[in-house]
Amino acid sequence: MTVTADNVTSALEAEKVSSHLHPEGSLDVNDHPAPNGREEIWRFTPLKRLRGLAADAEFQASTTETSWNTPEGVRIANVSGEEARGLRGISGLVPNTRFGARVLSEVPSTLLVDVPSDLEIAEPVIVDLVGKDAGVTEAGHIPLRFGAHSSAVVVLRHTGSASMAQVVEVAVGDGARVTVVSLQDWADDAVHLTHHEAVVGRDAEYKHAAISVGGDVVRMDSNVHYDGPGGSANMLGLYFADEGQHIEHHLYVDHDAPHTNSNANYRGALQGEGAHTVWIGNVLIRKVAAGINTYEENRNLVLTDGCQADSVPNLEIETGEIEGAGHASATGRFDDNQLFYLRSRGIEENEARRLVVHGFFNDLIRQIGVEALDEKLRDIVADELEKNVLDIPFEAATN
Amino acid sequence: MSTLEIKDLHVSVKTEDGPKEILKGVTLTIKDGEIHAIMGPNGSGKSTLAYSIAGHPKYDVTGGTVTLDGEDVLAMSVDERARAGLFLAMQYPVEVPGVSVSNFLRTAKTAIDGEAPKLRTWVKDVNGTLEKLDLDASFSTRSVNEGFSGGEKKRHEIAQLELLDPKVAVLDETDSGLDIDALKVVSEGVNRFTEGADKGLLLITHYTRILRYIKPDFVHVFVNGRIADQGGPELADQLESEGYDKYVKAAV
Repeated sequence: MTVTADNVTSALEAEKVSSHLHPEGSLDVNDHPAPNGREEIWRFTPLKRLRGLAADAEFQASTTETSWNTPEGVRIANVSGEEARGLRGISGLVPNTRFGARVLSEVPSTLLVDVPSDLEIAEPVIVDLVGKDAGVTEAGHIPLRFGAHSSAVVVLRHTGSASMAQVVEVAVGDGARVTVVSLQDWADDAVHLTHHEAVVGRDAEYKHAAISVGGDVVRMDSNVHYDGPGGSANMLGLYFADEGQHIEHHLYVDHDAPHTNSNANYRGALQGEGAHTVWIGNVLIRKVAAGINTYEENRNLVLTDGCQADSVPNLEIETGEIEGAGHASATGRFDDNQLFYLRSRGIEENEARRLVVHGFFNDLIRQIGVEALDEKLRDIVADELEKNVLDIPFEAATN
Repeated sequence: MSTLEIKDLHVSVKTEDGPKEILKGVTLTIKDGEIHAIMGPNGSGKSTLAYSIAGHPKYDVTGGTVTLDGEDVLAMSVDERARAGLFLAMQYPVEVPGVSVSNFLRTAKTAIDGEAPKLRTWVKDVNGTLEKLDLDASFSTRSVNEGFSGGEKKRHEIAQLELLDPKVAVLDETDSGLDIDALKVVSEGVNRFTEGADKGLLLITHYTRILRYIKPDFVHVFVNGRIADQGGPELADQLESEGYDKYVKAAV
């Protein structure tokens, strides 16, 4: 944990102070050298496995097939030229990475999801991105624009094989209620480097759910800042890393407006040799952000030997005038007492483990609250468990 | 017909200073239709006896035997013991977040019976049992033991006892922490279970209070890892007035 009290810089320059965990951004690609892995924001990432996406890999013509449903009143379209350029940065994103700056300046087209003001849609927009070739390095820009007082759910569903750098920008209008789900259910050879940036309007409710289960390397940064008081952000994550997989989530909530709320709940499970997960949760409470409330939590369940779960919650507080700020992180194996309790009711050990893992994720799935995805998410957990948990010799559970 | 037979049971736990013997030779036979009460002061090893019978991994059996109808219980895994017909109502039931009571009960029933219960009668059975234990029907949608009050946890244990219907049940201080109303409700549940006449019950308690509602056939005084005295229900009355002092002094 890092807490920095008021310092000289903030006293002099209240508006400009930024988190040391989140370097100042720039739209100019030349301001961003290719990362070497020693930078704070890159030190957990296996850059060598990213196929150059974080540096200077060529952004080739996309081979990913994209399709979607279009609820009435919503505009979803691939746009280019002037219109595409006008959508770059609608979340206020000023990239702090080379790939972020490159996506904004180099990618010719953009996939816009536009929900007009006051439109409330019950049916989720599901955008399918099906990767066809992990040998092609590509990049995409997806702006999701939600007008004032609109209400909508957008799901980005990534499957197949791809090597993708991506920027997703979310603009949540005043009073809007928005859920964005990004599902990374890639094939084993996929590499996905993605930055989600959201700006949350006055009194708006933003829910973001990151679900990462497939791919060789998945790194997602999910950032939020506010455009007025009263906004709230609920940042959820569910991930499952298998043998050799690297799944990394960074979270950055910038409380830059008063009376804003944020809540983060990320849960992950790991199984198999070399399964590696990283969770970095950064919350910055600026001087201006009086009366805010924030809580971040990350829990990891280590199912077998040979896994590594890194979990780093950070909180930087520049004002004491807040309602609440807290964080929690826990990484552990199966709880012997839980297993004993279930088994003492006749439930076999493997079934008991399955119940515990399902239970671990069930609360989160309920919080994500997208009915159309509930069953899919439960299946994902069940499928992951089928892979391994049934036949692992696990000394710690029975000794 | 079922008989739980415990012979010269020795059990130790690991401590920082090496293994420590808690049970120092316990012999006890529970036949069906019999209710045995084990009473004793704190730290006498009562709960260790309960958990050892259930097979908690924390306890090492270093000697003796436990059999259920002649079958070697100690050779069975925890879940095998339950499927063989043993049940332990725990003093401190464990929270299992995200697993609903209804899912848990159905999974346990399926495991014990070897087949899924018939849906229609099962739902009726569950709701009826919960109702008799003064538990709201919404109780079954809650996560197992999470956020339950002390009384709800104990009533949930007894609901499991009734629904899983074992041959021999061990109740580990089920009465502790219950107010008098909850104690009555829980006792009625236990009495419904033992009505069957082919059931054995081992009731572990610190207080005589519950014995007003559940009538034991035998009372054993447990001190320092052994049975120090045994007799009929009158022994409980004697303990009520005299306490454990004379046994504790004798054991030192």
